[in-house]
Amino acid sequence: MIRKSVERFYLILIFLFLYLPIGVLIVLSFNNSKSKVHWGGFTLKWYQKLFSNSAILEAFSTTIVISLASALIATILGVLAALGIDAMKKRGQAILLGATNIPLLNADIVTGISMMLLFVRFTRLGMSTVLIAHITFNIPYVILNVLPKLKQSSRTAYEAALDLGATPLYAFRKIVWPQILPGVLSGFLMAMTMSLDDFSVTYFTKGAGINTLSTMIYTEMRKGIRPEMYALSTLLFLIALGLLLFMNFGPSAQKQRQQ
Amino acid sequence: MRNLKRQLLAGPYLLWMAGFILLPLIVILYYAFTTTGGNFTFLNVSSITFSVHFKALILSLKLALICTLICLVLSYPLAMILNNMKAKSQNFIVFIFILPMWMNFMLRILAWRMLLSNHGVINSLLDTIGLPRLDILNTPTAVVFCMVYDFLPFMILPIYNSMARISSDVIEAARDLGANSITIFFKVIVPLTLSGVLSGIIMVFVPALTSFAVSDLLGGGKVLLIGNVIEQAFMQEYNWNLGSGLSFVLMIFVIASMALMNSWGDENGAGVW
Amino acid sequence: MKKTFRILLAILAVAGIFAGCGKKDSKNTLTILNYGKYMEPEVLELFEEETGIKVEYEEYITPENMYTKYKAGAIDYDLICTSDYMIEKLIKEEEVCEMDFSAIPLSEQLDQTYFDFSKSFDPENKYTLPYFFGTVGILYNRELVDESKVDSWDILWDETYSGKIIMADSVRDSFMVAQKRLGFSLNSTDEEELRAAQNLLIQQKPLVYSYLVDEAQDEMIAENAAMAVVYSGEAGLALEYNDKLAFSVPKEGSNMWIDSWFIPKRAKHIENAEKFLNFLCRKDIAMMNFDYVYYATPNTQVKDALDPELQENSTIFPPKETLDNCEVLKSLDDNATMKYNLYWKEIKSAD
Repeated sequence: MIRKSVERFYLILIFLFLYLPIGVLIVLSFNNSKSKVHWGGFTLKWYQKLFSNSAILEAFSTTIVISLASALIATILGVLAALGIDAMKKRGQAILLGATNIPLLNADIVTGISMMLLFVRFTRLGMSTVLIAHITFNIPYVILNVLPKLKQSSRTAYEAALDLGATPLYAFRKIVWPQILPGVLSGFLMAMTMSLDDFSVTYFTKGAGINTLSTMIYTEMRKGIRPEMYALSTLLFLIALGLLLFMNFGPSAQKQRQQ
Repeated sequence: MRNLKRQLLAGPYLLWMAGFILLPLIVILYYAFTTTGGNFTFLNVSSITFSVHFKALILSLKLALICTLICLVLSYPLAMILNNMKAKSQNFIVFIFILPMWMNFMLRILAWRMLLSNHGVINSLLDTIGLPRLDILNTPTAVVFCMVYDFLPFMILPIYNSMARISSDVIEAARDLGANSITIFFKVIVPLTLSGVLSGIIMVFVPALTSFAVSDLLGGGKVLLIGNVIEQAFMQEYNWNLGSGLSFVLMIFVIASMALMNSWGDENGAGVW
Repeated sequence: MKKTFRILLAILAVAGIFAGCGKKDSKNTLTILNYGKYMEPEVLELFEEETGIKVEYEEYITPENMYTKYKAGAIDYDLICTSDYMIEKLIKEEEVCEMDFSAIPLSEQLDQTYFDFSKSFDPENKYTLPYFFGTVGILYNRELVDESKVDSWDILWDETYSGKIIMADSVRDSFMVAQKRLGFSLNSTDEEELRAAQNLLIQQKPLVYSYLVDEAQDEMIAENAAMAVVYSGEAGLALEYNDKLAFSVPKEGSNMWIDSWFIPKRAKHIENAEKFLNFLCRKDIAMMNFDYVYYATPNTQVKDALDPELQENSTIFPPKETLDNCEVLKSLDDNATMKYNLYWKEIKSAD
């Protein structure tokens, strides 16, 4: 009994540590005074300001575009790579996987700087350089999610299908693809999360006038904090909450659990 | 034959990797070992021994270690408690502890700046209760605080996953063989979760060691980490050779510490990956 | 197999399109690099609406920051605003285009005095268009600070204010404070003088709450610190928000600076840049900008339209005797710049 309450107390403590800062931001986003402590009455004006601030809205859409596009392209490249690597001999696999780990293990700042140096030599920084950089650090997440599923998938069924006269592509679509799909999806999601949350790599590879939310908030914070940021935090938190709830407890997740 | 064809599917990735992973590393190496005039030099790399740079590296190491340790100490019991919960509520509660990770990294920093500032919520609260104020904004303590907050989920998740993978049969078998809870914890649970702990450590330690944004925004310009030194070399001093040299050192440092941890994990029967 | 290959090609082609789009210059854009909080955002929107030119606006924090961004060559800026000594450096490096003032007819409204000021770094007034000017001083909270002492930089070393002092997070500005306190020139490259200034700054570090640039104003308004080293305009604006604040330029002298626009050598849209400069000189636009940044504007039409009270405001428009006591920053050679940078880093990493 004592143990139970100690456990509960601990959970609550960590919960508070994680949510207190977010809670404060949410409360302040409705505060009708610029002060960080005093309550000046309820207001929605910071939300209004947020939605009339074209810089923030632009950064928001850039973030979405970059993370979706980079996750998508990384998923395509990554799945193909996983298929190829899976067909290789042990030795080749080991080397390739080792190389795949480089961007995962390397510090963000080094990845960002090394890409910036490369881009500066050969082209100009812009939206495309950010996209390329994001794809690069996203691919490993896809490979590492898909490869284990490929290893688990049964090879005999695929070969049997070929023996029965199916084309490789047909056999792949009907047999391999369903088995690796969960890995592909989680790889895609992980890639998107990483891209959404990235700061360092974007910071070094972005061109003029291009901002993702991370880099925009960074520059804004170095100029002083404006209450619109609280409103932005609240909205982003709600979006994350909604997305995660849907993914974990939505219809597709229910179906998966039943299986 | 079919195999060879399938191997070709990795082709685009190989090209991509050569162009955007290997080539950039080569460029950084080039800058690291040349002067602005393009002559070979060791000076950029060896400048890590300059007292400024060395101090920054040591401070980064110290803060990263403290941060990793706090994360570990907080996460391990938490993962155990989560793992022991009834299956029904478990999913939801794990979800709650992962959710903050989905908030933008910068906004999490913003939140702490708000909380810790002189007239922030925490100090106002302490003032009302009559407790001494917490003047830690713009100090290394605040930086560690925020890093822990930022990276905690990265520690919780792998440990929790490795714990969830332990089958209850193993624990029951141990109990049947006469082991008490303490023995089970040290002889069964700890070794089996070691891989999770190791990946957690890496996922916290590396970003903590190399971060520059947290110290920039919460250190008030008084906390100079190795990440800040590198960032400034690139963004303020226009000294790419120095920045590359220090980046190279940092890279070696990260890889070495990872290899160290990996070999330690192998000895104990757990690989990081 | 063939099909997959085709898909691959398509993907690579898409990636190629993405990678290529940065190179074209035919686009009707204008890439601007400016200090943080140094332009009313609405001005940019108005300009886009009126001319159809898309503005790519980028900000930086310190002049050194600007120099790096420009020299990196990763972005082709069309128009840059920065401070005197940095422009001098870039002119010396032949990175600046001559300005065609006939394409900027409204520049006539600018007070000739400021073009004369600019001669210290642009001797023939060929390269630059003045934007704002001001000094550096101490913004302080009258309730927390002994007002009889703020007339000297000494107060920044007074232990009574430990943990309540905000210093400038910019090499030259911070060194300036120490150099002036010691009675040196702020352009000194003398080893001993630099070391002395550095020691003074290291000695001060335990008393410093934080090193900031653009955030200092907010911190002072929120009363998180007792005093801060800031630019005059920052102070002018802070005074409007919190009437406990006041501004002083210490008697030992300070830095008088002037920020100007220039068109860099690699600019791709010079015509657009000139249109924008002309736009900035227009009375209504210059007024909006003045209200937003609150520095002394060289635009005579704006100044004449202000309340007489504001025209007399010595925080925003530094009086002559203050200016006479101030020095202008000069650009330093590479060796001295590196020395400043290293010493500054040593201060930052000192315990």
